Amino acid sequence: MEWINLAYLVSAILFILGLKGLGSPRSAPRGNLLGAVGMLIAIVATLLDKGVMSYTWIFAGIIVGSAIGVVMAKRVQMTQMPEMVAIFNGFGGAASLVVALSTYSIVSGGNTTWAIALVLSALIGAVTLTGSVVAWAKLQGYADKAMTVPNQGLWRAGLVLAVLILAVLFVRNPHGGGFYLFALSVVALGLGILLVIAIGGADMPVVIALLNSYSGLAAAATGFVLNNYGLIISGALVGASGIILSQIMCKAMNRSLGAVLFGGAMVSEDQMTSIPGKEFYEGKVKSCGAEEVAMLLENAQKVIFAPGYGLAVAQAQHVTQELATVLEKQGIDVQFAIHPVAGRMPGHMNVLLAEAEVPYDKLVEMDNINPEFSQTDVTIVLGANDVTNPAARDDPSSPIYGMPILEVDKSRTVIVIKRSLSPGFAGIPNQLFINDNTLMLFGDAKAVLQDLTRAVNEL
Amino acid sequence: MEALIIFVLAVFIGYEVITKVPPTLHTPLMSGSNAISGIAVIGAIICAGADGASWFAHFLGFIAVVLAMINIVGGFMVTDRMLQMFKRKKG
Repeated sequence: MEWINLAYLVSAILFILGLKGLGSPRSAPRGNLLGAVGMLIAIVATLLDKGVMSYTWIFAGIIVGSAIGVVMAKRVQMTQMPEMVAIFNGFGGAASLVVALSTYSIVSGGNTTWAIALVLSALIGAVTLTGSVVAWAKLQGYADKAMTVPNQGLWRAGLVLAVLILAVLFVRNPHGGGFYLFALSVVALGLGILLVIAIGGADMPVVIALLNSYSGLAAAATGFVLNNYGLIISGALVGASGIILSQIMCKAMNRSLGAVLFGGAMVSEDQMTSIPGKEFYEGKVKSCGAEEVAMLLENAQKVIFAPGYGLAVAQAQHVTQELATVLEKQGIDVQFAIHPVAGRMPGHMNVLLAEAEVPYDKLVEMDNINPEFSQTDVTIVLGANDVTNPAARDDPSSPIYGMPILEVDKSRTVIVIKRSLSPGFAGIPNQLFINDNTLMLFGDAKAVLQDLTRAVNEL
Repeated sequence: MEALIIFVLAVFIGYEVITKVPPTLHTPLMSGSNAISGIAVIGAIICAGADGASWFAHFLGFIAVVLAMINIVGGFMVTDRMLQMFKRKKG
């Protein structure tokens, strides 16, 4: 075995140990460091490889890329993590695409396996690049809704067919078929846009996870092109990670991957027509003030917060933690119930609350917290909607029936802090808001929580 | 064939390791795997430094090095930033 493969083996082991370190918050920082060391070893080994002769372009690239990376990592706000991961997925895909094209212009010819790997590397890389850019734009709010291109299915089929034809033409003649490879890349760029543009905002967590996986698979394909085991192993690890996360997200929304990718909106048009409007809530909603809630909290022994992304939109993470601390000082047991899709990407809500210094052992995932609601005096729902709708559990005719929810309705009293009765992503009214044990506290989450904290302190 | 065997086995290892990551850490997992997918930098370095290649190939290699390095440096650093938040306070 060449020494360079030995170096790649060491870095692969460090990546695996690094991911293993992410098994608990305590060992995670060290795991991340191990991964970084693994990457350093891989880079240094490659620089020393005998095939690498000129260093000007390489070092220029390393300096420019690292500088941009440092600035992005330091500047990004935790609420913007989905955007950052989305755009990083795109960079990863782009890197694989560009490496494929560059390799071809250097070597320009090899056997069939090589040609197939090259096609896959360019194809997955290109789809990941444009798909991620569209996902990023959607997360930024430039194109929030699912957009349908006229004759979308036809376009998709056409582009897929074009990719297949170009791939076959290239693989049959890799020596002179450079044009086909470049054409295939261009078509694949279009395909990436088309695949993601029709997917709605609610499904973005799945899409980011999936593109995360693609960026790994593109790297692995590049590994097959260069016959480089370092790339193959690392790409496979990332590919597996993304697939697992997208499965978890799908399960949390009761959606199949196919439905997310090809089904368009979460609620079909037929179902839309049968959704009740404002009359659903009329005369059945009880609203209350901060003092009333403070009194309830005063007499409570166990309080659970159920945060949703609305909390982050209102920038209310820190006030929430303030209220939680005040309650804990009075001897009340406080926990946070985290639905898997509470944020805009897997684990997002946990990061947002960790930033507000909520201890991580107070963040309890859905399956573990659900049995606790029946022993809870007050549950405070903060900017969460669909994931607390009991209809998903009780009403087989509901469009979201079967979606796992936080069973907040089982606690003695539910306080819903919300600006209005507007629907969530699913576009349906929430049964929870008209339940007997639910009180609505209308207002901006941040202001309301400040009032509430003051009221609790004054009691 | 060897490469394929390695790929498949690595997917299995990845599956085993990653299913053990708790949901709390799924965002750092994603940004961390972003950093690992920056491993494409290896291919980029080989292209950017290849002897006797056209300037076009070198330039493409340069672009790829930049993109992959953003992923690597940005990915590992932002992951560390998040993980420090989880570490600094215990209940």
